[in-house]
Amino acid sequence: MDRKLTSNSLLETFDRRSFVIGSVQGGIGLLLAARMGYIAVAENEKYEMEAESNRVNLSLIPPRRGWILDRNGSPLASNRADFRVDIIPERLIDKNETVQVLGDLLEFSEPERADLRDRLEESAGFAAVPVANGLSYDKFAAVSVRIPELPGVIPQRGYSRFYPTGASVGHLLGYVGAPSRDEYEEEPQPLLLTPGFKLGKDGIEKEFEQELRGEPGARRVEVTASGRIVRDLETREDVQGKPVQLTIDGPLQDYAARRIGLESGSVVVMDCVTGELLCMASMPSFDPNSFSDGIGRVEFGMLQENDRVPLRNKTLKGLYPPGSTVKPMHSMAFMHEGVSPDEAIMCNGGRRIGNRFFNCWSNHGRVDMAKAIYQSCDSYFYHFAQQVGFDKVAAYARRFGLGQQFDLPVASQFYGTVPDPEWKLEKYGQEWQPYDTVNASIGQGYYLTSPLQLAVMSARIATGRSVTPSLIKANAATQFASMDYRPDEIAYVRQAMSDVVNGPGTAGRARLPLEDVLLAGKTGTAQVVSLSVSDGRSGPWKYRDHGLFVFFAPFDNPRYAGAVVIEHGGGSGAAYPVARDVMTFLLDPQKGLDALHTLEEQWGGTAQQRLDRQYQAYAAAAGVDLPPAPPPIALAEQVDAEARAAYSAPDEAVDRVFAPRDEANPRAEEAPE
Amino acid sequence: MRSQMTLPAPIAEFPWRVVIPLTMLVAFGAAVLHSAAGGSMSPYADSHLVRFAVFLGVALVMSYFPEDWAKFAAIPVYAVTLLLLIAVETVGQLGGGSQRWLELGFMRLQPSELMKPGIVLIIAAFYHTLPVGMIASWRAILVPLGLIAFPMGLVLLQPDLGTSLAIAFGGVVVMFLAGIPQKWFIGGGIAAVIAAPIAYFFGLQEYQQQRVLTFLDPASDPQGSGYHIIQSKIAIGSGGLSGKGFGEGSQSQLDYLPEPHTDFVFATMAEEWGLIGGLFVLLVFGIVLRWGLLVARDAQTRFARLLAGGMTATIFFYVAVNLMMVMGLAPVVGIPLPFMSHGGSSMMTNMICVGALMMVERWNRRSS
Repeated sequence: MDRKLTSNSLLETFDRRSFVIGSVQGGIGLLLAARMGYIAVAENEKYEMEAESNRVNLSLIPPRRGWILDRNGSPLASNRADFRVDIIPERLIDKNETVQVLGDLLEFSEPERADLRDRLEESAGFAAVPVANGLSYDKFAAVSVRIPELPGVIPQRGYSRFYPTGASVGHLLGYVGAPSRDEYEEEPQPLLLTPGFKLGKDGIEKEFEQELRGEPGARRVEVTASGRIVRDLETREDVQGKPVQLTIDGPLQDYAARRIGLESGSVVVMDCVTGELLCMASMPSFDPNSFSDGIGRVEFGMLQENDRVPLRNKTLKGLYPPGSTVKPMHSMAFMHEGVSPDEAIMCNGGRRIGNRFFNCWSNHGRVDMAKAIYQSCDSYFYHFAQQVGFDKVAAYARRFGLGQQFDLPVASQFYGTVPDPEWKLEKYGQEWQPYDTVNASIGQGYYLTSPLQLAVMSARIATGRSVTPSLIKANAATQFASMDYRPDEIAYVRQAMSDVVNGPGTAGRARLPLEDVLLAGKTGTAQVVSLSVSDGRSGPWKYRDHGLFVFFAPFDNPRYAGAVVIEHGGGSGAAYPVARDVMTFLLDPQKGLDALHTLEEQWGGTAQQRLDRQYQAYAAAAGVDLPPAPPPIALAEQVDAEARAAYSAPDEAVDRVFAPRDEANPRAEEAPE
Repeated sequence: MRSQMTLPAPIAEFPWRVVIPLTMLVAFGAAVLHSAAGGSMSPYADSHLVRFAVFLGVALVMSYFPEDWAKFAAIPVYAVTLLLLIAVETVGQLGGGSQRWLELGFMRLQPSELMKPGIVLIIAAFYHTLPVGMIASWRAILVPLGLIAFPMGLVLLQPDLGTSLAIAFGGVVVMFLAGIPQKWFIGGGIAAVIAAPIAYFFGLQEYQQQRVLTFLDPASDPQGSGYHIIQSKIAIGSGGLSGKGFGEGSQSQLDYLPEPHTDFVFATMAEEWGLIGGLFVLLVFGIVLRWGLLVARDAQTRFARLLAGGMTATIFFYVAVNLMMVMGLAPVVGIPLPFMSHGGSSMMTNMICVGALMMVERWNRRSS
């Protein structure tokens, strides 16, 4: 443009442009007014709702968990009101500072602080991480007043799971804990993120999670952005979970667990008329009370290092060669395969099978079926197992419950092994040999059974019915199918097994200290290593023989049946005193307790007291240099895998011949170091 | 014009047209700050009122300065402020972190704030000395651009994007009003469109990039930087037509709204006073800005016109960017709302702008 530039033209430009600027300003002003009108009027409803959802926080109240009751209605697991502190990790501002402050307030030791830091690392961020429960009011109050400077820390009143008999029910009931990341992903419900909510991690607690859980309560509160509660608006009560009643006899369970004492073993007792399990004790165990807030590294390290595997439920997942305990059952197999009980053989300290001589543990002379049972003569079983054929005997073993799993609400149970020619061919590609029959006929070789299976076997022997075990109390009584044994056949075996204890048998010391009830049973000694490595009674603990005992009582009209297995107890002499005391307690509690108190005095307290002391000593010695404990799910899988590895059949076929050991003349009980 | 009135001169000449609306706005701001402090005069509302009183006094004193003083002061003010900015940068570098203020003992001086009116003053003075015929020359553009670029660069180093944009805006509006050819603005606009992505990727700090991204989609980061915008919109939206009532805003009272007393004071107000309160605030700003532009158009000299226009633009920039930010129309940049947000520096800058406008109004009256 050619317009001449003058002051006047610049003034015109100014006027024009200032008008433009004024218009732009006015336009923006109108835009802002319109925008505000749109947000505040047109979208008012939406934003009002959002403001309301900001302001009002619906917080869930974890439901009180249903109780687990024993057969008489006494609680095996209940709830205890307590003060607790949790952390929501994603609300933390300074993790280390918070752990430091909380640690000081709650007087945490160094390993406990390390555990807390690990749990915070592990957590999903939005899920509550338990810090401590069962706090005294003073400590709880000390944390509560510091809340403004500890964002993400939530102190509250709540309930924690309480197991009155502690370690005695650890394996049976399992334990509860805060949901893990995996568990939340499987069941993404807000309840699982609620501080203080616990779910079952193992055992009955896990199997009956849905029944026990209950309905969460809810609390509507007004909260600030940082989560501080300003006031309560409305509260709905929770609905407690349903109780689960077990067939377990609580006092008996506790007694059996305590009676195992310093040994590592398990006791199963069942009602052989109804099939109800009265006791499934596995020791050593863990204290489910202390597991409920996550396993500390000290505790985990202690349990992990213990060679008696306290984390494994041995009643279901301990597998042992049954040894001579299968002899009554094998006898019943022979009866139905054409062997008359009166048919006798000569035991000359052993017996020739095929072209080879196999040793018996003693020289029994003339042996019929009854004597073979009460004197536990090996030659008799070598002979008739060879005559009948072990494939047939194995079929009976399965009918009597060995190698079977039962319909029980448990996380896992192991089958074990009932060997026969077909099994061996498939497993190792090798033919069954006479020495395999010899080994298997006395419960050795590839034979592996769990204590539960042994208890079921003795219940079936005692009643002649295919009794199946149950763990949940049902109202309707079940009638079990007969196994087609004539009453006189059953009576014969009962008498022979009574003679084991009350007659000229191998377990005279198992006799009940009661006038009117006679216990029937059968001893067993399961060899762990060959005779060349150890004599099975002394030397390193893990080379000692397992001691086994199966039993029922009263012998002529059986009501109770069971099995006791003492790992590396050095022979059956370690097992049947336990069975005797447990049965004594069942029939005459005071007498049983007197026996136990004497023993516990020697051992240095109850199982729980010894566990606590062991924990103190371990914690003092270990300090902080321990690896952190794995999360509960991984822990359960790890224990399962270890158990399977420990009890799997050998990779290659074994061709050694079993050299049977002394059954009678039980040695004096000696406390292992 | 005013001589028709029978009032005595000092009262008749007193700038009622701006002081009355401003006082109302500041009083309203104090009420909102009272609520933001949880229903208490301290610490926000009382100091807000005291500052307004003090700086109003300063502005009234300023309004008596003659035009020569203002012209004379342009270069020293600009130079001293620039030196202060360099000093801040140096202290910050030595201290090992970003610093925006100098600790003077009795107050924290933020030199970048002084530069907002300072840049308007120096550029207005520059065009005043520039011969009329040279307005289309390179010199007419490059010198002001240089004057803008220096302080802008220093403020960006702090880093303070909001303030540096405010400085640039004030300077560029004065250039526009000075009448430099339109083609430069069109060309500059095209250049800005090209430069914006480059500046975004190479010029902005990561947190600033995040803010721009969040502005485009607040829901992408509802707990992080999108939180501010979302909560601010909730506060304004839930206020509705007439608000939740004085002291009843749950967003501000329960701490959901970030910075309820500074950058997001408008959201605090809107939640409790609703659309009616918002329109009142907009109306007062409209009155003040219209007054500022009228003062500029009435001005007799080129210097006075440009000075008044630039000062009005600076106030406008604060208001527009802040309100667009709280309503989700602009990214979150730390710019407070004039006369309502709590904060000494912002009050000082805006009252200096108002004082300069009152000064120009007085020159207008003298010469007419």
